[in-house]
Amino acid sequence: MMLPAVISGFALGAVAPWVVRAVGARAHWLLAVLPAVLFVYFAGFLPGVAEGQVYRFATEWVPGLGVTLSFYVDGLALLFALLISGIGTFIVIYTGGYLHGHEQIGRFYVYLLSFMASMLGVVLADNAITLFVFWELTSLTSFLLIGFNHEESRSRRAAVQALIVTGGGGLALLAGLLLMGAVGGTLEISELMTQPEVLHGSPLYTAMVILVLAGAFSKSAQFPLHFWLPNAMEAPTPVSAYLHSSTMVKAGVYLVARMSPGLGGSELWFYALVIFGAVTMLTGALLALRQTDLKLVLAYTTVAGLGTLVMLIGLSAPLGYKAAAVFLITHALYKGCLFMSAGAVDHETGTRNPLELGGLRGAMPITFAAAALAGLSMSGIVPFIGFIGKEVMYEATLHLGPVGGVVLTIATIAGNALTIVAAGVVVLRPFFGERRKTPKHPHEAPVELYLGPCVLAGLGLLAGIAYPLTQDSLTAPMMGSMAGTMPDHRAAELYLWHGLKLPLFLSLLTLGLGIAGYVYWDRIRESLAATLRAIGWGPDLGYDQVIAGVEWLSFRQVRVQQTGYLRHYLIVTFTVFAAFVVWTLMTVGGGPSAFEMPAVRLTEWVALGLMVMGAGAATLVYSRIAAIAAIGVVGYAVALIFVMFSAPDLAFTQFMVETLTVVILVLVLMRVPLEVRAFRGLGARIRDAVISIAVGVVFTLVLMGVVQGDLDLRLSEYFAETSVPVAHGHNIVNVILVDFRALDTLGEIFVVTVAGLSTFALVRLALFKRKGGAGEGGGA
Amino acid sequence: MENVLAIVVGILVACATFLILSRDLIRILLGIAILSNAANLLIFTAGRVTRDAPPLVPGDLEVPAGAYANPLPQALILTAIVIGFGLLAFALVLSYRAYVAMRTVDVDAMREAEPPYPDQSPPTGEDGRQTPLRRRGAAGTPTREAAQ
Repeated sequence: MMLPAVISGFALGAVAPWVVRAVGARAHWLLAVLPAVLFVYFAGFLPGVAEGQVYRFATEWVPGLGVTLSFYVDGLALLFALLISGIGTFIVIYTGGYLHGHEQIGRFYVYLLSFMASMLGVVLADNAITLFVFWELTSLTSFLLIGFNHEESRSRRAAVQALIVTGGGGLALLAGLLLMGAVGGTLEISELMTQPEVLHGSPLYTAMVILVLAGAFSKSAQFPLHFWLPNAMEAPTPVSAYLHSSTMVKAGVYLVARMSPGLGGSELWFYALVIFGAVTMLTGALLALRQTDLKLVLAYTTVAGLGTLVMLIGLSAPLGYKAAAVFLITHALYKGCLFMSAGAVDHETGTRNPLELGGLRGAMPITFAAAALAGLSMSGIVPFIGFIGKEVMYEATLHLGPVGGVVLTIATIAGNALTIVAAGVVVLRPFFGERRKTPKHPHEAPVELYLGPCVLAGLGLLAGIAYPLTQDSLTAPMMGSMAGTMPDHRAAELYLWHGLKLPLFLSLLTLGLGIAGYVYWDRIRESLAATLRAIGWGPDLGYDQVIAGVEWLSFRQVRVQQTGYLRHYLIVTFTVFAAFVVWTLMTVGGGPSAFEMPAVRLTEWVALGLMVMGAGAATLVYSRIAAIAAIGVVGYAVALIFVMFSAPDLAFTQFMVETLTVVILVLVLMRVPLEVRAFRGLGARIRDAVISIAVGVVFTLVLMGVVQGDLDLRLSEYFAETSVPVAHGHNIVNVILVDFRALDTLGEIFVVTVAGLSTFALVRLALFKRKGGAGEGGGA
Repeated sequence: MENVLAIVVGILVACATFLILSRDLIRILLGIAILSNAANLLIFTAGRVTRDAPPLVPGDLEVPAGAYANPLPQALILTAIVIGFGLLAFALVLSYRAYVAMRTVDVDAMREAEPPYPDQSPPTGEDGRQTPLRRRGAAGTPTREAAQ
């Protein structure tokens, strides 16, 4: 049942354009049925998972490589699956309103539904290879969705950038997963996670952690790889709300959480997660305040939120995991809602600049209500889930000990306060204050645009009020998955009222700081902008520099490798050939063992002498005629050798061909200037002589090695024995050519024919040109 | 005997390689001609050589009587000779066409397919990139082409 559920999104995506064509403008209501059904299906697992059950589904895929399409449902996977299918339902509906009338909306649904299926695959996969395949599929669908407006160069750049960063991280993840598989002896993650001592004990543990975290951090936009996420806001708002806030960017968080039972618990793991997470949290929250685009403000707070999640998972069981689980739900609900309402504001007013917006609460009351509820949850106000989230977050950081706890708590307070300012920017600015003139006259958005925000914001409130339900069915099982234990409902206990304790005061402090920050937002923004201008460099620019560096490097490399000089290529070829053969002869063996001077007849000496002298003369003389004559001598001497060593057919052919060769050489070369201009310098000649001698020596050594070894004569004997009885020919060589290997000979005839025709064509071409009186090409 | 032939093959290959590494297109072709002979001889030698025993079955026999030369390499070489000839003939005419089009047999100057980089100097200077500094034969004698 699980496999069809996961891949149904691909199937529906494949037919989505036709559904849109058939149903028309209301297709989104129909398409949203699938994610809704999936949500109900996943919700069916809730009671069992709350009791600590896990469900595993496996289908064979590539059994020879240990790759199975296996899926695994536990608290962690289930929470993500519910978020993906639940938010996905509203995103599909939202798309219908947001891209209403867009001519390529069908294509958009293809990408969106494929993404949903890929994302479900990531969070449900148990097999490491299956996980990786779906992981890269989310990168690919994200690339397609960011580049949806592919006519815009900014969209294209953002899409390629996201693909390079997340896809590259995916490759690191693959390496990490394979290392884990090699060490643990299985590719099933659920089995790997039960043997942390094996993974920790391996000398490859550090490499595994670094590679897996490289994949997770690139996907979840951790500093300094966070830059692709704000750029990804080029995508249409449904994409930003779905992929780049509530689901895909959390794949990295999911991965870290999933790997915690197996890889977690070491200092490396703790410091990597806490430091990167905290730095990302502060960087994202700070940069959010500098933006004057609602979507960018939200994008940077998403970066901050992802940093917070990574940091909390690093703080580990039980308080860190509890805070991570609660904050994961909180963030997905309020961020999805705020993105969608920001998109609705953009859709209705024509601008996303908070400085140009104001007083919309009258014109867009429903959108305002949803955004306000989400903003309250984001700011951590009682009784929203965000409040609980902040309380347990402070509990977790305070628990760390005197020094680290204080530092981390202060960082978290700062991050949360900045987040409150950002909440004010996206909620208070557009909806309160004076009405301003906007490019479009605002009306309430259509139901598609406010349905999702309302439900998500309502759930944020509900999850806070009904916190025991949240705890039992969602956070406790998820904590169990992260810790690798059964759900512990006592450790997972949530409170809306914790008593007058330190976390409550810290919450109040955070709120105060946030309000103060919002009041001075204009000033903060401008000084931030000035500071960033003064720095004048950022990772986004660094990305461009890296790309430019790669281009420069490949250019230099091509300059060295591809000089354009034929001789350079030949020198490399000959040298590599000689060196490799010598290396093989030295390491593997196969060279000649001894040299015995055989008895050579006088006539043979003469033929061999002629051959060597001919070749030497052709090499040394510069006169064309002399060289051609020398070539002829070599050819005839070879023919003589054939005569002496029992090869009359060869000798006959060789005499004929050699004569023809000399004739053609003379015919052609006499048309080329006789004096030769292209000399090599002395140095080049010495170099070439060394290479040539090396190549010659290699040939001699190999050939001697061959003739001193055994010779398998079975084939020759077969031909000799069957030549007369089977093929009725007495000349064995001829029989081989025209009978046993007749097809080869036919091919040879074709080759010679084609060569002859081409030669003829080239000669004719020259004749026609001359007749036409046209100049024969340009000077060199 | 094969050992001696192996040495001769090595010498031929060395000469051919030296010619092929030349800047002069015509010398490259001469090198190819020698290389194809060397390759044929190499196959011949690798199949072992036998004196005065051609691979022929006497007219009244079913199988050859006594020793006979290895027929298989001979069949292969027969093909190779003809193919080598076809290759050389085509290469010759092609080179001639290239000369007619570009007015040079200097492969360093034939840069139509891979044009020089903007900052790459044309073939000048030492080490194989020379412009004709010295000429064989009488300096200033008009060539046949130049006379046309």
